[in-house]
Amino acid sequence: MQPESERELSEMVRAATGALRICGGGTRAIGRPVLGEVLSTTGLTGITLYEPGALTLVAQAGTPLAEVEAALAAEGQRLAFEPMDMRALLGREGTPTVGGMVAANASGPRRVQVGACRDSLIGVRFVDGKGEVIKNGGRVMKNVTGYDLVKLMAGSWGTLGVLTECSFKLLPIPETQATLVSDEMTPEGAVATMSRALTTPFEVNGAARGADGRVYLRMEGFAKQVAYRRQALTDALGGAWQVLEHAASVAQWQSLRDVMAFADQPGDVWRVSVKPSDAAAVVARADCPVAMDWGGGLIWALVPEGCDLRSRLGTFSGHATLIRGSDAALPVFHPEPAPVAALAQGLRAKFDPRGVLNPGLMG
Amino acid sequence: MEMPIPNAAVMSKRDRVLARLAQVVPSEALITDEAERRAYECDALTAYRCIPLAVTLPTTTQEVSDILRICHEEDVPVVPRGSGTSLAGGALPTADSVILGVARMRDMLEVNYADRYVRVQTGMTNLAVTGEVESDGFFYAPDPSSQLACAIAGNIAMNSGGAHCLKYGVTTNNLLGVTIVQMDGTVLEIGGAHLDAAGYDLLGVICGSEGQLGVVTEATLRILPKPEGARPVLMGFDSNEVAGECVSDIIKAGVLPVAIEFMDRPCIRACEDFAHAGYPDCEALLIVEVEGSAAEIDEQLGVIKQIARRHNPVELRESQSEEESKKIWLGRKSAFGAMGQINDYMCLDGTIPVSSLPFVLRRIGEMSKEFGLDVANVFHAGDGNMHPLILFDANKPGDLELCEEFGAEILKLCVEAGGCLTGEHGVGIEKRDLMSVQFAPEDLEAQMRVKDVFDPKWLLNPAKVFPLGASAGRRAA
Repeated sequence: MQPESERELSEMVRAATGALRICGGGTRAIGRPVLGEVLSTTGLTGITLYEPGALTLVAQAGTPLAEVEAALAAEGQRLAFEPMDMRALLGREGTPTVGGMVAANASGPRRVQVGACRDSLIGVRFVDGKGEVIKNGGRVMKNVTGYDLVKLMAGSWGTLGVLTECSFKLLPIPETQATLVSDEMTPEGAVATMSRALTTPFEVNGAARGADGRVYLRMEGFAKQVAYRRQALTDALGGAWQVLEHAASVAQWQSLRDVMAFADQPGDVWRVSVKPSDAAAVVARADCPVAMDWGGGLIWALVPEGCDLRSRLGTFSGHATLIRGSDAALPVFHPEPAPVAALAQGLRAKFDPRGVLNPGLMG
Repeated sequence: MEMPIPNAAVMSKRDRVLARLAQVVPSEALITDEAERRAYECDALTAYRCIPLAVTLPTTTQEVSDILRICHEEDVPVVPRGSGTSLAGGALPTADSVILGVARMRDMLEVNYADRYVRVQTGMTNLAVTGEVESDGFFYAPDPSSQLACAIAGNIAMNSGGAHCLKYGVTTNNLLGVTIVQMDGTVLEIGGAHLDAAGYDLLGVICGSEGQLGVVTEATLRILPKPEGARPVLMGFDSNEVAGECVSDIIKAGVLPVAIEFMDRPCIRACEDFAHAGYPDCEALLIVEVEGSAAEIDEQLGVIKQIARRHNPVELRESQSEEESKKIWLGRKSAFGAMGQINDYMCLDGTIPVSSLPFVLRRIGEMSKEFGLDVANVFHAGDGNMHPLILFDANKPGDLELCEEFGAEILKLCVEAGGCLTGEHGVGIEKRDLMSVQFAPEDLEAQMRVKDVFDPKWLLNPAKVFPLGASAGRRAA
């Protein structure tokens, strides 16, 4: 099913008698495929409103992300959270959409400075499991009117409602960027270095340790500003650093963002969210190739097919999500403590009482 | 403002409830004396008052859990309270409710610079959080005007903002985790020192839920390294429209100031008389602040001043010293105090798209004449969050009601312009009955479903946020 309007989508959900598999571009489907009739949002397209002077954009959920990014770039603006493109890592074709990005709360390296997709998302319209059209938030960046269901919808993977329209806060694209690159570092050394960089006032907005073991530190701003900052940061950190100038820096971060190092490697891929200073210990227990982002707060782990990384890690503060997996028995999302799981189940029961929206995907 | 009729059954079992509470908290944490309870009859929305059944001031999460469990078992409504600085009546009690205040829970639990967070008890004030870390070069970014007094608990409940959120976001963007106690006494950890949720973003919905989903006793907050420096530039214009256009042009130019503040003539005058900040005599004033090293600041202010010049400013003055910067900000920060000295006022908090600024300001001017009440405007222009101050005379019969009517019309105007009723103060009781202007019944229903899940008996701060008619069936259940 591919409705062409929000109203049509609402009628289809209302009429559904069985499970629906909610799809945008289908480029971010993680875990077990949901069995059910496909309900695609790709018929809902178009930028509804773009006001560069107010740093806001509203787009229908099926709008290709590339279309939005192009429109923004023409005005020197962007979605600051740097959404990851998962196609290479998951081996998928298709066109990433705005709704899919939001449903996955897809956020890239700049998350460490500007927040996640959910932090830039300022409004949504969606159709709940009963077929009702609901709006929350709006098109202004400061809004505390009623509960923030906008955040609840971000990262809910279509299980609480089918997104039809999303509004974003935007940021200007800085004039230029540069990246400092270290020699190979141990995970401990890398986290300590990234932590030092992120506690300077030089606005480091990318801090990653690639699968190659090197540490990458990105700064953006006006040309003079970047020149100043990279020198100041080098002085503060000491040691030898190579520099990637603008174009090379852009390309490098795209590769880090999309975890290209693991794209063509066999095995399962996990995404582990931890407190940065716990990262080295978690990496040691994972005992597998890793890439680290967010100053160590995000670990991408490549393990042999079917390996249950969670049992390898044991108890830790944070969570692990199976992004590319071969064992259908492993839960995709990290099991939550019983009272938290009860709240999640309660929300699903309220927003989708018949259990038709991506049933089973999030528990 | 209508409030629900106190539940007679609750009122009649007051003695038993108090006796049970006395078993779980020390005597100094349970206030029953009427004169002492009176101190909790209102928050900063002082027009509405009601003495609560009792006041509890616990010091531990366990005590909070015990208090809530007992109230849950006894069907007694609970009104959570931070420092009581809500301008929206968020902490206004009802006669049948128990106030649960976190004011005695003010410990700093952990400071972690390597991971850039602190963990605090939520009775700690906003400014105290920064105070604990600033000597080491860090700060907590959200900075509501009441930051000297307001508690982190209230900041989380209202998702508070401040002057610097164009760059740093509001509370929800700087909150990593909470310890929250549900109405039945269950203690939950949501989030933590890591970024992003494992499943649904419950933290996102808890933040800004106005104390209706649980009582947050501890919070993990993101702290940031302080910028090397910051400097404001002051610019005056001969019309609000031109100032509005200048704001839009600055944003479009790719500079991201950390704050853009706007004041109109009545406000400029009051602030100048009060704080002697050296503000020019003009129709509209902008304070634009940027951050960085001295050279970075020069570069950014250069771009901003160039844009400002295109709009023929009557004044364009860059701060030359730390002293002057402080003075410029003192004027702005004392705006409410300054207005309070010359008049009674009601402070509104709607947000509008930045592009509608000139239109909305013009309409407010027209409406001011229609209602016969003066308005002063001061607001965060970069994000469209307006704070019109309606001046009235509290001693004049009917003036408060007229002022409220005018305020409601301004907020409706904000919604019509594509904005919202409240940008950072919250709904509370103040804007509760206007919610249906912004939301359709099914939008409100969706929000109330969330409360059904977290607080099925609707005992936590029940008469707030939603129009009484819309929540009636649930509150009675």
